[in-house]
Amino acid sequence: MKLTSEMIDGAQVVRVEEERIDASVAIQFKDRMRELAGGTSGRVILDMGRVGFVDSSGLGAIVAVMKLLAPATKLELAALTPTVGKVFHMTRMDSVFAIHPEVPGEGMRHAI
Amino acid sequence: MQSDATARPPDQTGASARFRLQANERDVRRVLGRIMAHLGERLAEPDRGTVEIVLAEVLNNIVEHAYARRPPGRVRLSLTRVAGGLCCRVEDDGHPMPSLVLPDGRLPEITEDLDLLPEGGWGWGLIRSLTADLVYERTPRANRLTFRVPVRWNDHGGQNGATARDRHAAGG
Repeated sequence: MKLTSEMIDGAQVVRVEEERIDASVAIQFKDRMRELAGGTSGRVILDMGRVGFVDSSGLGAIVAVMKLLAPATKLELAALTPTVGKVFHMTRMDSVFAIHPEVPGEGMRHAI
Repeated sequence: MQSDATARPPDQTGASARFRLQANERDVRRVLGRIMAHLGERLAEPDRGTVEIVLAEVLNNIVEHAYARRPPGRVRLSLTRVAGGLCCRVEDDGHPMPSLVLPDGRLPEITEDLDLLPEGGWGWGLIRSLTADLVYERTPRANRLTFRVPVRWNDHGGQNGATARDRHAAGG
């Protein structure tokens, strides 16, 4: 489970460098997120732009990460692909997360 | 032991595509990859995503529940193309469904209290919302789930199963 992290405009942006967050990697995902973002405070934005598929185990892992980072850190999501967006919408978990159409500050970063 | 997910592509009109896997998470991922490759360009988004969500949830449930507290066994899938979508039959030799009834698929409640937010329990809600004609049967030794995913096919091939001119038939 490859995740990369950088600071953009004061937020920690964690990019998921995988095509799937599913039952076979859900626990790894949770552990890696804890390593990368545990103990911080502020905003963590999960860049999901490369993730084409999330199953209910993957969704559960994302919710678990939100809980383990709270209350000091707020987990937000960005760049959901259509099938992933559908899973969030159908389970109504899109009402639980702040979801950005794209990673904030990304356009600016490319312009530099 | 043959652990790789195996596929037998359909060769004629009316034929079904059959896939077999061991009930574990890695094989589920692998067989989903093979199925999506097999369906190829005949399905467009969002239908591709719908099929993948449904099959993933069905197979994950088998891994997690049917084969809970017992060594993982085989799962057999049969996919048949029909005019109204993709008919699926999924069989396993695991524990029967409790009371021999499918879960109602009610979605877990979303609470104000963050600590009480659900971390699972969405599977049957997703399956029920995205399928039609969902039937569960318990045979003496196996569970059999049949359903149709109502999708639209890109080409206009045969009414039943894959067509003989199916350009993916030779692939598998």
